[in-house]
Amino acid sequence: MQNQIGAPKGLSLNDPRVRAWLFQILTIVFVVGLGWYLFHNTQTNLQHRGITSGFDFLDRSAGFGIAQHLIPYVESDSYARVFVIGLLNTLLVTFIGVILATILGFIIGVARLSPNWMINKLATVYVETFRNIPPLLQILFWYFAVFLTLPGPRGSINIDDMFFISNRGLNMPGASMADGFWPFVVALVVAIAAIVVMVRLANKRFDETGVPFHKFWVGLALLIVIPGLSVLLFGSPVTWEVPQLKGFNFVGGWVLIPELLALTLALTIYTAAFIAEIVRSGIRSVSHGQTEAARSLGLREGPTLRKVIIPQALRVIIPPLTSQYLNLAKNSSLAAGIGYPEMVSLFAGTVLNQTGQAIEVIAITMSVYLAISISISLLMNWYNKRIALIER
Amino acid sequence: MNAHVFKPDMPPPVKTVGVLAWMRTNLFSSWLNTLLTLFAIYLVWLIVPPLIQWALIDANWVGTTRADCTKEGACWVFVQQRFGQFMYGYYPAELRWRVDLTVWLAVLGAAPLFIKRFPRKAFYGLGFLVLYPILAYTLLHGGVLGLDTVATSQWGGLMLTLVIATVGIVGALPLGILLALGRRSRMPAVKVVCVTFIEFWRGVPLITVLFMSSVMLPLFLPEGMSFDKLLRAMIGVILFQSAYIAEVVRGGLQAIPKGQYEAAAAMGLGYWRAMGLVILPQALKLVIPGIVNTFIALFKDTSLVIIIGLFDLLNSVKQAAADPAWLGMATEGYVFAALVFWIFCFGMSRYSMHLERKLDTGHKR
Repeated sequence: MQNQIGAPKGLSLNDPRVRAWLFQILTIVFVVGLGWYLFHNTQTNLQHRGITSGFDFLDRSAGFGIAQHLIPYVESDSYARVFVIGLLNTLLVTFIGVILATILGFIIGVARLSPNWMINKLATVYVETFRNIPPLLQILFWYFAVFLTLPGPRGSINIDDMFFISNRGLNMPGASMADGFWPFVVALVVAIAAIVVMVRLANKRFDETGVPFHKFWVGLALLIVIPGLSVLLFGSPVTWEVPQLKGFNFVGGWVLIPELLALTLALTIYTAAFIAEIVRSGIRSVSHGQTEAARSLGLREGPTLRKVIIPQALRVIIPPLTSQYLNLAKNSSLAAGIGYPEMVSLFAGTVLNQTGQAIEVIAITMSVYLAISISISLLMNWYNKRIALIER
Repeated sequence: MNAHVFKPDMPPPVKTVGVLAWMRTNLFSSWLNTLLTLFAIYLVWLIVPPLIQWALIDANWVGTTRADCTKEGACWVFVQQRFGQFMYGYYPAELRWRVDLTVWLAVLGAAPLFIKRFPRKAFYGLGFLVLYPILAYTLLHGGVLGLDTVATSQWGGLMLTLVIATVGIVGALPLGILLALGRRSRMPAVKVVCVTFIEFWRGVPLITVLFMSSVMLPLFLPEGMSFDKLLRAMIGVILFQSAYIAEVVRGGLQAIPKGQYEAAAAMGLGYWRAMGLVILPQALKLVIPGIVNTFIALFKDTSLVIIIGLFDLLNSVKQAAADPAWLGMATEGYVFAALVFWIFCFGMSRYSMHLERKLDTGHKR
């Protein structure tokens, strides 16, 4: 090492490596010390307040009702089950929100690039309006100013005698399994397998001979015909139960509670504004030369978009899109403002108040979000690596 | 010999200039475009006239109680009557001049920083940054110099929103810069600590951080020591925000070419002087727009303090809308709050775009 030439033997503060070691040791001592200090304080505080720590409370009976549960639940069920319900509700909102926001965001993002002046300006107004209003305010607005001011079930907005929108939420026909269900599932699996085989064969033939094949239309036909046959032979896979107004509320069918509607609507609208900007900048990042090159190769507008522009734009779009999905998952916790029973309002709110196990409850809640964050970013990193530019 | 006299130029054909031509190219260039234009016009017609009807034409502007709202449209009387609460929360009405004075001092004090040729800007800015918070706290909280004490539980409205957002960003900036430097450090222990810290706060929603700071912070402190609610929320916000600032600053640090680091080392500068004199001034200049964007996000996020029971702008509106004397005024209240938030956020985002354009010079390679 060149800096050892003429350097005094032994340890000296002038040696950067010694300083680095010293600094790191100090950092570790500080972090460990702080951790121990906090732990010690917490222990004494808990002892003085008579709170027993530990996760035993999860087995105790919860004893309160929950407005929406995706799995069966009764009031005597345990806190652990309440946790699962909260988690599922969070995932439900995130899942619906991600899908809807992506669709809306892509439409608006493309509209912002439209040469059509009206469409362009409308999209701009949309983005600038909804991006600059706090999501919690939007959620409260949809909940308190829109859904709760709707008429009750008796005066509900009736769409085709099937969908009813009232201050109790959206009532819609519910499906239940019928005789033809399993044959239908089998037919669906067969159809998908057939499509995979067809695409493989078509691609192979295209690579060998250059003869294209109508993959999309044939695939669509397979997807319709095979399950269609199963319906004809074995009957419909599901029976629909239409909600009926009985007394003061609806009976039968499925219901989406207003909290869920307000939350998904607000999060979709808010996130879509950000996704639109990401899509716009992604598409604009593909230089015009690429379009011209594709056109000079004789590609028409459709293939130019599908084979040249979009693959390159996606490379720019995916990383920020991931962080928007993460934001949506985290923003779903804003449901605490309107009492939709998800992780934060159900677990960190109600369960924390009932049990007083602050540390355990907050730790569980935070680790759930950390787990969601990490898994989404891992998934997206993997995808990102797959589509990344392979340079020489 | 007669000079040849040219006739004046013919005007261009109607199809290429003027309103008609503009409409032809921008709105009706193809049948698809025409369809889209018609659809857009339909959308506008669907939304805008009822909105104007509700918010302006049919609206009620004068009065003092709910009974004065006789017309169909919006009842802005509600906002007028509760305006003080929306702006100052429960701050005593006769002391509100102190809040106004604080805001004016901020505006006047910061103004020289925006004058291009102001001498010794850096020193002035630093002095302002140190002196102003002390002054603002004295004015807002009182208790000294004969000013009456106003407990933080009485703070509220837009004022509280601004206080939390400003303290959040000012507190998070130095911490964030340190974290960013730590993350780029070659010392593994420091790096691991910083990465863990940053990724932890970025992975959890602010709401859980606020919950944590309100229920867990009292447990972490030695017995007998306690913070008030506002301070706890601020600590949560600062820790949370510093992680985001760190990532923004890291972007700036990565954008500085390696040559700058090497040049600083070649000049014989140590780590802190190399960072402080060479790297950070360049990196921070690059990330100013990013920091403004983070501030916008923070400004919007301050509305979450509603969850731990602080009365910021949004919570003031929510409370006022729940008042039995003003039942059914939720829409007006939320629209007003949305407008206030929108003006601030939109203004700041325009400012950040302006900065981006201004700072863009000289860094293109």
